[in-house]
Amino acid sequence: MINLIYLTVLLPLLGFLFNGLFGSKIKNEKVIGIIGSSTIGIAFLVTLLAFFETLSLPVENRSNTIELFTWLNVAGLNIKFAYLVDQLSLTMSLIVTGVGFLIHVYSIGYMHGDKGFWRFFAYLNLFIFAMMNLVLGDNFVVLFLGWEGVGLCSYLLIGFWYDRKFEKGTVPEAAKKAFVVNRIGDFGFLLGMFLIYYTFDSLNFTEVFNKAASFPVSEATFGLIAIFLFIGATGKSAQIPLFVWLPDAMAGPTPVSALIHAATMVTAGVYMVSRTSIIFASAPTVMMVVAVIGLLTALMAATIGLVQNDIKKVLAYSTVSQLGYMFLAAGVGAFSASIFHVMTHAFFKALLFLGAGSVIHGMHEEQNIQRYGGLKKYMPKTYATFFIATLAIAGIPGLSGFFSKDEILWYSYANGGILFWLIGVITAMMTAFYMFRLLSLTFYGKERFDHHHVHPHESPAVMTVPLMILAFFSVIGGYIGIPEVFSGEHGNLFHNWLEPVYAPAIAKLNSFGSHSHFEEILLMVLSVALALSAIYFAIKIYTQQPDIAEKISARFKKIYNILLNKYFVDEIYEAAVIQPIQKGSEKVLWKFTDNIIIDGAVNGIAKVVYASSGFIRKIQNGITQFYAIIMMLGIALVLLWVILSL
Amino acid sequence: MEQNLLLTYLLFTPIIGSVAVLFFGKNQTKFIRWFGLFVSLIAFVISLIIYFGFDSSKPQFQFLHQVLWISSLNVSYNVGVDGISLLLVLLTTFLTPLTLLSTWNAIEKNVKMFTFSMLFLEAGMLGVFVSLDIFLFYIFWEVMLIPMYFIIGIWGGERRIYASIKFFIYTMVGSLLMLVAIIWLAVYASGITGKFTTNLLELYKVGPTIPHQIQGWMFGAFFLSFAIKVPLFPLHTWLPDAHVEAPTAGSVILAGVLLKMGTYGILRYCLPLFPQSAINFAPLISVLAIIGIIYGALVSMVQTDIKKLVAYSSVSHLGFVVLGTFAMTVEAVQGAVIQMVNHGLSTGALFLLVGIIYERTHRRDIAYYGGIAKLVPLYAVALMIASLSSVGLPGLNGFIGEFLILLGTFKSSVLNSWWYTVFAATGVIFAAVYLLWMYQRVVFGEVKNPELKEHLTDLNVREFVVLIPILIFIVWIGIYPSTFLGMTEESTKSILQHVSSFTFDILK
Repeated sequence: MINLIYLTVLLPLLGFLFNGLFGSKIKNEKVIGIIGSSTIGIAFLVTLLAFFETLSLPVENRSNTIELFTWLNVAGLNIKFAYLVDQLSLTMSLIVTGVGFLIHVYSIGYMHGDKGFWRFFAYLNLFIFAMMNLVLGDNFVVLFLGWEGVGLCSYLLIGFWYDRKFEKGTVPEAAKKAFVVNRIGDFGFLLGMFLIYYTFDSLNFTEVFNKAASFPVSEATFGLIAIFLFIGATGKSAQIPLFVWLPDAMAGPTPVSALIHAATMVTAGVYMVSRTSIIFASAPTVMMVVAVIGLLTALMAATIGLVQNDIKKVLAYSTVSQLGYMFLAAGVGAFSASIFHVMTHAFFKALLFLGAGSVIHGMHEEQNIQRYGGLKKYMPKTYATFFIATLAIAGIPGLSGFFSKDEILWYSYANGGILFWLIGVITAMMTAFYMFRLLSLTFYGKERFDHHHVHPHESPAVMTVPLMILAFFSVIGGYIGIPEVFSGEHGNLFHNWLEPVYAPAIAKLNSFGSHSHFEEILLMVLSVALALSAIYFAIKIYTQQPDIAEKISARFKKIYNILLNKYFVDEIYEAAVIQPIQKGSEKVLWKFTDNIIIDGAVNGIAKVVYASSGFIRKIQNGITQFYAIIMMLGIALVLLWVILSL
Repeated sequence: MEQNLLLTYLLFTPIIGSVAVLFFGKNQTKFIRWFGLFVSLIAFVISLIIYFGFDSSKPQFQFLHQVLWISSLNVSYNVGVDGISLLLVLLTTFLTPLTLLSTWNAIEKNVKMFTFSMLFLEAGMLGVFVSLDIFLFYIFWEVMLIPMYFIIGIWGGERRIYASIKFFIYTMVGSLLMLVAIIWLAVYASGITGKFTTNLLELYKVGPTIPHQIQGWMFGAFFLSFAIKVPLFPLHTWLPDAHVEAPTAGSVILAGVLLKMGTYGILRYCLPLFPQSAINFAPLISVLAIIGIIYGALVSMVQTDIKKLVAYSSVSHLGFVVLGTFAMTVEAVQGAVIQMVNHGLSTGALFLLVGIIYERTHRRDIAYYGGIAKLVPLYAVALMIASLSSVGLPGLNGFIGEFLILLGTFKSSVLNSWWYTVFAATGVIFAAVYLLWMYQRVVFGEVKNPELKEHLTDLNVREFVVLIPILIFIVWIGIYPSTFLGMTEESTKSILQHVSSFTFDILK
């Protein structure tokens, strides 16, 4: 099945073509939905078989390349359409096709009755096609093809309801913002690729990484490459300073938020850093930058998440925050932990979004959590699964999120220091707090909606079954990554599986100081205790004494406003970047330089020519006598000159 | 030398066709249209025969045909193609029939004269690409101005007279300087080789021996003429006016092929004839090209007229081509060559698409539109693909060109600095801004004007037939560019080898 891995790319493409070309004629939601979902389902099965086949191979043979055809061949540059099937790409592929399949199925229910039903499934398939290219590509250019492809699909899907308003603007504006901000990141990614080609004379992963491990390349060069690549990652994975598009991306239908803006696409940056681990590991300073940016993003997004009232906005900032964790992990050299968190996050965050979609569905498109309350009895299945996901993200022991988050915190302490750990734990506390605030305001307490207009109801099975499956994985997904301190001689299975991918990078990193098991367990207990206390307060405040929340926000009005307005980052960008460029282009470049300076010069020369010919024309007046006089004058002058020069 | 008549057949097909049109009755509109299309299709078929007979493993000119023309001046009718010129010949013969087909309803006034002009124009453009005699080249270069002048001046918009005269004078100024340089070059050659010659291949040997300071002036005279045609910043202001006033067919040919004559001229004449000067001026010209990339994009962003927006985007895109050419690495020049074709396809498609809604509403202002996705879904898809191709999305053609140009510029030893690439690459961001913003305002949102519901109808069969071939190539080049890059690689290498073989005196 490894040899057939291209099917996982081809099938979604065929699904896209089918639904894109014929979907509008078919008009049968079942046919469209089944075709759209089954292509991804089969792709998942193919990936699963390829996974087991790889697992059966000896460790040194687990990295295989499947070549399709030559894409670009110019001078020394040779780019093939080829897929790299190894531990990392298989892990990502399983997440993409697995979670992707569930979300496709869910969408059959969620998008039921929408006029653009066929279009939605076509785009969704196209997205999987692009995402699979991204994770399977065996060189930077195929990765970039997928990278931009998922960006396009994100654009199309955020703008899916293109005639609707969104917050202060419109849905298409949000879509464009996502694409453009991502392009700023791509600018960095492109430069990174150029520098890689310049340095290593190749863009093929295997070649570049082998050379990176052995070539005498300066740390500065590695640093520059890593920084460029990381700029790309901050765009796609919504990190400071390019995170601003992700909250607006919530303008898209909720399954899109779950699939693209939580489980898969936004983790592409983490995947890229992980894939190029050897380059990052060769640039310790940039590793520090990655860790600090990740940490700050995690903290900042969590603080914003504390006060948002739109259910999807809370989840969006939570995603930004969790992505920050993943970069923190990568930055401190725990690449495998970052991918582990990508996986568990894909389960519980997809579940949270789909659960939110189920709630929104049942509440007639209402998204404000202040107008929910007590929904537990109306939507028991949604509630139960949402509850599990909330426990998972809060890091409650036994659920998947606990294992991955704990591993990241542990490594940030061991490799980064106590400050990293502390900020990480504070963020974890906030996460637990805002998630339980969300849970309480939605499912517990008084019913705050208008019973005359809103009749909450549970969603159909096509939506709730995917929720249950995801809930199942949100619980057990972590057990493949049980830390060594508990699992003993088997070690951390997930870590062992990915280990060969990172071996060259780990070898380059300075060996970390060893820490005792006692420290590890102590920190674990501390972080769990803090998370539990945050949960306690959240439930208490938001179900029993909502007035406390109001008092606090009134007391710290300024801080509250800053958080509510997301630190005014959008407004600052608008005033400092967008307006100057727009006004400058219009007033200075176009209306002044082009129309006045350049055209002024051109038309000015024309006028001078015209005016001077007007003057010379007077000589050509057609009067014979005048010509005779001029002729005589000329002869006289010539004579004079001849005589004088004698 | 073995003579091959195929290029001559190709060249004379539109010439004979255009003359034949003159003998038809003025009112046989329908017949003339079909006849024009038929002639341009024959030319396309001949160019395909040439393509299949072309040996891309050789860098030499092929399908040579030489006849002594003016014996006293040693000027001959001398034609031949290498990979680069063949690619542009194919672009020309491919776009001309599509353009003619696109005018079926748009041009009603004096169809006879219009068809004559278009075929005549095609002959002129083909002549420019296949000439191997510099005098012959100059004749085609100038002749082609006349039909274009008429196309804008007769079938254009309200300010057509201003635009056509501006177009004519701008390009004429450059051409005259080039003529002086051509004569000087031929006279200089007679001093070196003993005979007056305008044969390009012989001049390739002569040009590099010109003393540097004079060579600089010669380079300048040729380059100015080409730079105006490209157009390179700051010589670009004729372009928006010409595009806005030209009828759709004029804009498509103008953007699709005419501008490429400038970039082709640089590659075929400026670089090999004056290699030392080309290297000397490369940094300066690259800076202008990069200013053009960013400037064109920013000015494009704030346009209110869709056609003008697309016109300014050409300034930006052609900046990439010029940058790639002067980076003088195989990657960059190959990228520049393929980008010429890409721009012809994507901008050609954009102009066609703008023309299609203009035909229905007679409006070009972006603000008038909005929400047309609901009314014309197929149109919206076609416009999306053309825009994304122009944005440079991987998988479509534009990416291949931009990527190769930027990559090649990065490792260029002639420019020898990363900053060129860093600044040029910002064009990638801006392209997304101006095109997607335009798309958003025209296509997305609620239907803004109720009138649109009455007038705007989706693509008809004829428009489909025009657009589909272009869209196919947009995807083809994006996914399998080897078909085209393979054709030009040897020719590109041969030009660069020629240039680099003269560089030591520069290095000293």
